[in-house]
Amino acid sequence: MTDATNPAGAAPAPKHPSSLLAADVRTKRRNAAEARFKAYGLAAVGIGLIFLVALLFAIIRNGTPAFTQTFLTIPVELPEAKLDKNGNRDPADLSKVTTFGYAPLIEVAVARALEENGIDSPFEKQKDLRNLVSASAPAQLRDYVLQHPDDIGKTIEFRMLASSRVDGYLKGRVTRDSLARDKNLDAEHLDLVDQLQAAGLIKKQFNWAFIFGADASESRPEQAGIGVAMIGSFFMMLVVLALSLPIGVAASIYLEEFAPKNRWTDLIEVNISNLAAVPSIVFGILGLAVFIQFMHFPQSAPLVGGLVLTLMTLPTIIISTRASLKAVPPSIRDAALGVGASKMQAVFHHVLPLAMPGILTGTIIGLAQALGETAPLLLIGMVGFIASNAPDGIASGFLAPNSAMPAQIYEWAKRADPAYYERAWGGIIILLLFLMTMNIIAIILRRRFERRW
Amino acid sequence: MSASLIFLIVVALAAVGFVLGRGRAMASAGGDIRNLHSLPSYYAFNVALSALVPALILLVVWLIAQPALIENRVQSMIPQDRYADRGELSLIMSDVRRVADGLDLAVERDALTREEASSIRTEFTDVRSRLADIGVALGSDVDRTTLTAAQRYRALNATGNAIRNALVILAALAGLGLSLWKTNHEFRARNSVEKVVMALLIGAASLAILTTVGIVLSLIFNTVEFFKLYPAMDFFFGTTWSPSFGGGSELGILPLFWGTFYISLIALAVAVPIGLFAAVYLSEYASPYVRGFAKPLLEVLAGIPTIVYGLFALLTVGPLLVSVFGEQGGLGWMQGGTAVMTAGLVMGIMLIPFVSSLSDDIINSVPQSMRDGSLGLGATKSETIRQVVLPAALPGIVGAVLLAASRAIGETMIVVLGAGAAARLSLNPFDAMTTVTAKIVSQLTGDADFASPEALVAFALGMTLFVITLALNVFALWIVRTYREQYE
Repeated sequence: MTDATNPAGAAPAPKHPSSLLAADVRTKRRNAAEARFKAYGLAAVGIGLIFLVALLFAIIRNGTPAFTQTFLTIPVELPEAKLDKNGNRDPADLSKVTTFGYAPLIEVAVARALEENGIDSPFEKQKDLRNLVSASAPAQLRDYVLQHPDDIGKTIEFRMLASSRVDGYLKGRVTRDSLARDKNLDAEHLDLVDQLQAAGLIKKQFNWAFIFGADASESRPEQAGIGVAMIGSFFMMLVVLALSLPIGVAASIYLEEFAPKNRWTDLIEVNISNLAAVPSIVFGILGLAVFIQFMHFPQSAPLVGGLVLTLMTLPTIIISTRASLKAVPPSIRDAALGVGASKMQAVFHHVLPLAMPGILTGTIIGLAQALGETAPLLLIGMVGFIASNAPDGIASGFLAPNSAMPAQIYEWAKRADPAYYERAWGGIIILLLFLMTMNIIAIILRRRFERRW
Repeated sequence: MSASLIFLIVVALAAVGFVLGRGRAMASAGGDIRNLHSLPSYYAFNVALSALVPALILLVVWLIAQPALIENRVQSMIPQDRYADRGELSLIMSDVRRVADGLDLAVERDALTREEASSIRTEFTDVRSRLADIGVALGSDVDRTTLTAAQRYRALNATGNAIRNALVILAALAGLGLSLWKTNHEFRARNSVEKVVMALLIGAASLAILTTVGIVLSLIFNTVEFFKLYPAMDFFFGTTWSPSFGGGSELGILPLFWGTFYISLIALAVAVPIGLFAAVYLSEYASPYVRGFAKPLLEVLAGIPTIVYGLFALLTVGPLLVSVFGEQGGLGWMQGGTAVMTAGLVMGIMLIPFVSSLSDDIINSVPQSMRDGSLGLGATKSETIRQVVLPAALPGIVGAVLLAASRAIGETMIVVLGAGAAARLSLNPFDAMTTVTAKIVSQLTGDADFASPEALVAFALGMTLFVITLALNVFALWIVRTYREQYE
């Protein structure tokens, strides 16, 4: 047939010479565009993953040093002449000697330790040695003496925190150059530190006090720990769990199983989906205005933090609970109703137990979200002070001012001393470990118990 | 008796009612369960709930209302000439409360007798030093009005508590008695228990509305208060933001808006292309294996708390950007680590999974038949995606982007740590700027009293933020919903 349309015999070269075997220019271009497009997509996924890796790398690299701390272990003499002038070991007399009275003992001890190890001190005055040791050391010494009055007059081996600059030197944060502008420590100190380290008196050790200890004042980063904030977070999570699980489940049961289709339930639905997207800071404003301004609840209390976080996590829990209620097939309900159960019995005896794994998964994920939330806690006053006292009971755990883990991290990030940055990163590692554990539990729950109908 | 003790008593009464109710029902049925209308446990629960619910509701309402009422009564005792504005009044009131608490503590520790506490006069005793002895520190000496107000406060509280205790226990007993009296084998216990449970369910569901109402009221009241002290026009159209707690502050919202907008813009410029391409790749190209491993990993980014991103911005991204764009990098565009760019970039990273998983859902919900049609006509996969799938998914993707924008506008921790504190109108993305959320935090943390315009402005900022994010959300959800219906 082609011949008929081409009477001239020799066909002129077609406009688009095409062969199935060799791709023409246009096809090549289209295929290149295809490959490019696919590469863009792959690159986007790759960039996202690179960001994740960079973030985790930054956290781990900057945070792990917080878990070790430099300690100075030296024998300290506890002279009776200074600590107990009357010699009667009366606690009242002993407690009259303040930490200022103990500071010289440490200077003497450091000087003696240097001497014994054959290290020449470049300093004229013993006082200059003080900056090697943390400002918390005299208090530690004093506490020991008050507890063990019988040890007065003896020489006891003490493990004391080195000052944060010394700690930073061992971790590479402080260098001789960076000390040029520093009033607290000189390059000579660092030479001493090198020699003390060689003699085995200064050592980096694992720092349990960072995990379980209390926060410290701005000038003593070496002493600060996240333990008390952890307790605050724990009490807050108790409040959130105790309130949001029952309320969230009750609300979801109503909306999913009983609610008639009317204006009121529509209003509730719209409200829940909007609350899920309200910025968390607005919940902080709500907490401040309602719980603290209006109801006069104590400021900075984990109870108030827990209430605010409850309101925040409720939408999350309601949405996931409804999904798992919806996943229970109607045949279960029909069967229960068929053997004479009331609607309420069908829901509570049959549907709810079957939906429970899904509900618990959603609750754990909601709790994890609440645990990491910071912004509302700033407004109800869980920052700006030093969370130094662990609560001494359950009531004070809920009501006494405390911090929470993310608020404590924020507090450290704001402090001027770079030694605190390391603590903030370390705190993040602990926080993320908690979140990871919770999420893994949620995943296991889902894998183990979730039923596909 | 404290509120918690009353609570325990009510719970104990309910427990007693549980046992009694069950027993009475069984007795009225002659011990034969078949004669009962409902299962015995329903009779028990009916009695327990009638003792518990009204009493507890009363207790909660009382606990919330009493402090506010007493506050009002005591406030009216303080003469008008003692204070100039509400701020001073609230300071006086907090003194009154502290003195009253101190007196309570003194009675508890036997430092004062009950009579002494309610009758001491400033003329005869140095109240401040006596309270200091038991560890209650007062900022200033206690004057006569404060002391009498504190004593009145204590007296009112004591009577209030006594009435409360009596009424709550009475309510519990009445509920118990009434329901016991009604209990017999014909009583429809299950129906009445289910009614109560239903009411509780409805109450729990309505809490969402209550929360919204709480948010709106707390914002509105304080915003109105703010606009009484500061003209609304200056707030919305002022171009300077310089609060000073000494007075004479300029509180224009425009620089904050600009900072918020600029940072969100950069964040979206990072998140939208990456998130969208990632979603396209994961839903159209990736093998199930790659998808099963890349998607959860990307979503890890969404699970990381914002404080972590904030720290990342402040300590890692900021210094990195300075070393490239700052003096050392030879460009000199960037003065410090905190800048619009820093916060925007990090916020963009945070939003990637948000955009990608929402778009992923939407792309997946485009019907397969549309792809098949396009592929059947000879289009390549990328042509199908660009010319068929994406246009079909566009409204949903726009919705996702709007939701991401509302997230970006409301984000707090990243901007508090990463964006800086200076409110300025500048085009340079390497300048430090600040946002609405960051200023809410800085105006409300610290010891400012809530009556000054400098603190109240935070509520007006919160109100604007709430309205904007709400509008964005409603609009976005509306788009997503209308779109979804299109293909169902």
